[in-house]
Amino acid sequence: MARSLKKGPYVHYSLEKKVQQNVDSGKKTVIKTWSRASMITPDFVGQTIAVHNGKQFVPVYVTENMVGHKLGEFSPTRSFRGHAGAKNKGKR
Amino acid sequence: MARIAGVDIPKQKRGVIALTYIYGIGKSRAQEILEKAEVSQDTKVSDWSDDEIGRIRDAVSGFTIEGELRSETQLNIKRLMDIGCYRGIRHRSGLPLRGQRTKNNSRTRKGKRKTVANKKKATK
Repeated sequence: MARSLKKGPYVHYSLEKKVQQNVDSGKKTVIKTWSRASMITPDFVGQTIAVHNGKQFVPVYVTENMVGHKLGEFSPTRSFRGHAGAKNKGKR
Repeated sequence: MARIAGVDIPKQKRGVIALTYIYGIGKSRAQEILEKAEVSQDTKVSDWSDDEIGRIRDAVSGFTIEGELRSETQLNIKRLMDIGCYRGIRHRSGLPLRGQRTKNNSRTRKGKRKTVANKKKATK
């Protein structure tokens, strides 16, 4: 179910603050965050955000197309490497 | 022969049903179109007059259908794959996108079963 429009997009307050700082000073420092549920707003474009996937921080370079998605969508939490014995037939 | 939106030639059917043969038009859109064109839903396609066909064509052109719609959906999918988000990754690997289980079922996405050779049983 979609979030109520009245509330506006959810962005974690400290993440929002840090992004705003980066935008104001024109810097491009990597911002670490655990807030996978935060939505990518247009301010994020051009920034690199390191999104935690439960184990490590995955750097995500935000492009225009990503606006409206959540940060967690770009930082997979599972890594499926294929089944045992399927090495030769693997398509990747 | 009624020819609406390119190639589709449904005939001998009631208007509402015949229109659903067009990709991108379902029952409710077909009803909407016929209402707008002021054609009864129950008249067969073969009984449509040229005048009516013209009005139906006009009403149909208000929607994105057929090739245009197909390419639009393809573009949407491509965008998901290009930005590398979760749904895009699932599209790439041909698995369901919306959190369904993949232990069994989800054959629509995965296609026909690919049987893996049996594991060797431990011999006693």
